[in-house]
Amino acid sequence: MHVEEQFTPKTWPEAPEKATLEGKNKFLGFWFFLGGETVLFASFFATYLALKDKVPKQGDLVSTDLFELPLAFIMTMVLLTSSITSVYAMYHMKNYHFKKMQAWLLITVLLGLTFLGFEIYEFYHYTHGLGFGYTHSAFSSAFYTLVGFHGGHVVFGLGWITALMVRNSKRGLSLYNAPKFYIASLYWHFIDVVWVFIFTVVYLMGMV
Amino acid sequence: MENQQINSGNARVDYEYRRRRNAEEMRHQVISFAISIFLTLVAFGAVLAGFDKWFVIPFILLLAVVQVIFQLYYFMHMSNKGHEAPQLFIYGGVIVGFATLLCFLTIVWI
Repeated sequence: MHVEEQFTPKTWPEAPEKATLEGKNKFLGFWFFLGGETVLFASFFATYLALKDKVPKQGDLVSTDLFELPLAFIMTMVLLTSSITSVYAMYHMKNYHFKKMQAWLLITVLLGLTFLGFEIYEFYHYTHGLGFGYTHSAFSSAFYTLVGFHGGHVVFGLGWITALMVRNSKRGLSLYNAPKFYIASLYWHFIDVVWVFIFTVVYLMGMV
Repeated sequence: MENQQINSGNARVDYEYRRRRNAEEMRHQVISFAISIFLTLVAFGAVLAGFDKWFVIPFILLLAVVQVIFQLYYFMHMSNKGHEAPQLFIYGGVIVGFATLLCFLTIVWI
């Protein structure tokens, strides 16, 4: 099997993301990277929990003054849905349906953009509406570092998936780009994994 | 062609078998998505219901862990074969991450 070989749905291999040596290496390397990302986010979570509600003076803004459950709920639903749409994209990738895969990836990107819009609104509301800036308190720094870094991952993921879609739009599916799409979808799921802990630890535990 | 498993020696039969198996896998994905949504609703509901915090916090953390396991094993295909190295990497990361959490919450900044 050559990377530029032309395939049909019938000759398309069973695990296209691992059919070439490059694909296998990407798969291993990317999971290794995700192990490192786990440690990175764990240290941000640890910092956030240690500095939660640590403010310079009594009566300063703490978690119960800031968070609103409806917004956190909508953001969670949008990001969870974008996870299943990227699963659909990979389903069509395995069945060699390039157009359907692109369509589901586009839906994933649009949902990701919606999520990002909500997050920008949220941060804008905190900083400009409530005066809760990055340097306001130890709590605010820990909060923006954790949630903002996750938002940064969303931005990167959106740019990544969009770049893959545009770059391969005329090429169609091959063993050259199948691992690329697969890895990008893994990254997108990992963003969702991190968000599950953010909505639980930051938003829900902040309101208890 | 070492990765392609030809079981029947007949490409058409293999193709239909793979199609069916992919469709079945997709059905499992949709079920795990429905379970994730359900767990999220339960977590938000538990907070809104205003139970005692010594019940709610461990409860929603447990729900988050269950949901993440669904994400890893179904959406990220860790339940498929050939995922021994990803398990090593992810669990390695989880163990170091847990040690970090424990350290920050018990020794540093208290």
